[in-house]
Amino acid sequence: MSQKPPTYLGGEYGMRSWLLTLDHKRIALLYLLGVTFFFLLGGVFAVLVRLELLTPAGDLFQSETYNKLFTLHGVFMVFFFLIPGIPAVLGNFLLPLMIGAKDLAFPRINLLSWYIYMVGGLFTLYAMLAGGVDTGWTFYTPYSSTYANSHVIAAALGIFVSGFSSILTGVNFIATIHKLRAPGLSWFRLPLFVWAHYATSLIMVLGTPVVAITILLVAVERLFHVGLFDPALGGDPILFQHLFWFYSHPAVYIMILPAMGVISEVIACFSQKRIFGYKFVAFSSLAIAVLGFLVWGHHMFVSGQSLYAGVVFSLLSFLVAIPSAVKVFNWIATLYRGSISFEAPMLYALGFIGLFTIGGLTGLFLATLAVDVHVHDTYFVVAHFHFVMVGGTVMAYLAGLHFWWPKMLGRLYPETLARITAVIIFVGFNLTFLPQFVLGYLGMPRRYHVYPLEFQVLNVLSTAGASILGLGFAMTAVYLPWSLRYGKKATPNPFDARGLEWTTTSPPMAHNFEEVPVVSTEAYERDEPEVVHV
Amino acid sequence: MSSRTEGALAHHFETLEQQAEAGALGMWAFLIQEVMFFGGLFTVYLVYRTLHPAAFVQGSAHLPIDLGTLNTGVLIGSSLTMALAVRGAQLGRGKNAALFILATMLLACVFLGIKGLEYSHKWHDQLVPGLNWNPGPDADAHLNLFYALYFVMTGCHALHMLIGLALMVVVARKAWRGGYSPGNFLGVECLGLYWHFVDLVWIFLFPLLYLLGRHGPHS
Repeated sequence: MSQKPPTYLGGEYGMRSWLLTLDHKRIALLYLLGVTFFFLLGGVFAVLVRLELLTPAGDLFQSETYNKLFTLHGVFMVFFFLIPGIPAVLGNFLLPLMIGAKDLAFPRINLLSWYIYMVGGLFTLYAMLAGGVDTGWTFYTPYSSTYANSHVIAAALGIFVSGFSSILTGVNFIATIHKLRAPGLSWFRLPLFVWAHYATSLIMVLGTPVVAITILLVAVERLFHVGLFDPALGGDPILFQHLFWFYSHPAVYIMILPAMGVISEVIACFSQKRIFGYKFVAFSSLAIAVLGFLVWGHHMFVSGQSLYAGVVFSLLSFLVAIPSAVKVFNWIATLYRGSISFEAPMLYALGFIGLFTIGGLTGLFLATLAVDVHVHDTYFVVAHFHFVMVGGTVMAYLAGLHFWWPKMLGRLYPETLARITAVIIFVGFNLTFLPQFVLGYLGMPRRYHVYPLEFQVLNVLSTAGASILGLGFAMTAVYLPWSLRYGKKATPNPFDARGLEWTTTSPPMAHNFEEVPVVSTEAYERDEPEVVHV
Repeated sequence: MSSRTEGALAHHFETLEQQAEAGALGMWAFLIQEVMFFGGLFTVYLVYRTLHPAAFVQGSAHLPIDLGTLNTGVLIGSSLTMALAVRGAQLGRGKNAALFILATMLLACVFLGIKGLEYSHKWHDQLVPGLNWNPGPDADAHLNLFYALYFVMTGCHALHMLIGLALMVVVARKAWRGGYSPGNFLGVECLGLYWHFVDLVWIFLFPLLYLLGRHGPHS
């Protein structure tokens, strides 16, 4: 014990040692850089979209440019930030630590998946620089295959390539969770973060290849015009929508399940309690993963799908609410009589619970056939999925990033500033997206850059909210790097949390643990028995 | 730090057995995604076959059943040689494994050669949608869909074979040099799993494209 081994950040320095690293913790940081870059890029396009919508007339951009702006916003945010965000950064860093392993099962494949992700991102960047894409992030045919006058193939190729990064990450996580758990760490002792990532990996492996082949078919159709999605030649454009949403709806759960895993960890830590109903929360992740594959048709209620299919998809979509609600109720039951403190990660987690609940409940509105006909393709839908994606996934990402920041980089973030920022982001978020529910209900369609005068007040509110939200993100982008130099040095377990990752040094050594940990307690077990006063 | 550990056991595993189990599990998970990849294609095939049965009967009847059958035999043979290669590695006979992999590569090349011959016939008959398409006056209006799927499906399959060939070069070299042992032949095993999967895809493609509905009412 006299000579401490160097941390994973020390030991070796220089570009080469990072770009050829096989250490899951370093690869997680590489992902952090990539994901942050694409988040900023997606953010820039969001700013431009909100600026244009400040006034009813098309002052800043032509409609074609506007189409490209919201497409690039969607493509970068969905495929290069939301999908890899939590799994590839936090999951990559934490899974081996949480299960007491030295690394992921396949370190080389892990590094490969980062390179594949970056190559995919660069393809899409090329598409952007060469003139952009204007199909919307959904690439609906026959628009994408026949009519769009933009760089569809380069963008689609970028998404196709980055999909393989997702698949490889999923395969790696599955093998790791099955085969590399520390002695004594049975399935029902796993942290819920691990369960959530297991469910996510299943979706990555089962869903992503379907969108890969779909994108390939669009590229074939666009290059050679063989008629695959062209009704004039016998093809069926609706078939594209089926194939696309077969992946892209489960992809929503690739984004939200890891977020739920983060929230379980944060809630347990800052309530100083075990998670209430551990097995229900664990199995609800799997239930969401399974049900997620059966609901894709709810994107197509007005696409010409048969009424009976619509009814079945509507019913199945309602079912997803059950495991989601199981999680929310169990988190709240965990909070009950907990010893709660309000550090920044907890503020984000509490925000998540509220915002995700609103996002989820408005999802039920949209799953209702008759209501969907009214609000389909309006700002109601935009508000709904931003509540889930930003209010859910981004909030959880920030919660997790703050929670594990001391573990990952060995420095504490500035607590007061972080709490203020969390509140700013919460306020900014709500001001941005609550008015959009109203706008959508009143009938403002999405994807238009001009709108009638009566919608202006709500749009100004939304843009004002976006600037507050942007301020919050900017503050985070300043103080987190600042803390690397000026933050207090972190102890191994600064938040008095439970879990193997908190038993090693901050930051961890290259091989994670001095010796293989042996687990003899349940997840989140606290030493003191809980005293219940009646 | 990530210095290469001596021997076959990577630093993050406790035993060779654990390492082999993790590797095999990873390979199976990867094959599941392959099933979903081709599953998407089979779905498209199913939908268009149902929508335009006449076009599919006509297209199917025009495919050379003799070459298709021959290729099926060749590919099943290559599965046998690959299984023997895995057996060789399992018993610690590295050179034997390498030679069987080489035999598998030869059969794979025969398959691809015959496939190429079929493609060239299609080009000659002007039956390549988008590039060289002139199916004649008697052709069904939607014949293009059958041939588009024919080329995409067999093309994806051939691409998987090419990737398999590249992997075989690497694994055969390592096997020849004694890189595997009875307790440590994961590379050969995973290659075998992959190759059997590629064969299995063809076992579905062959009847779907060449056999089913050849003698339907519209042929």
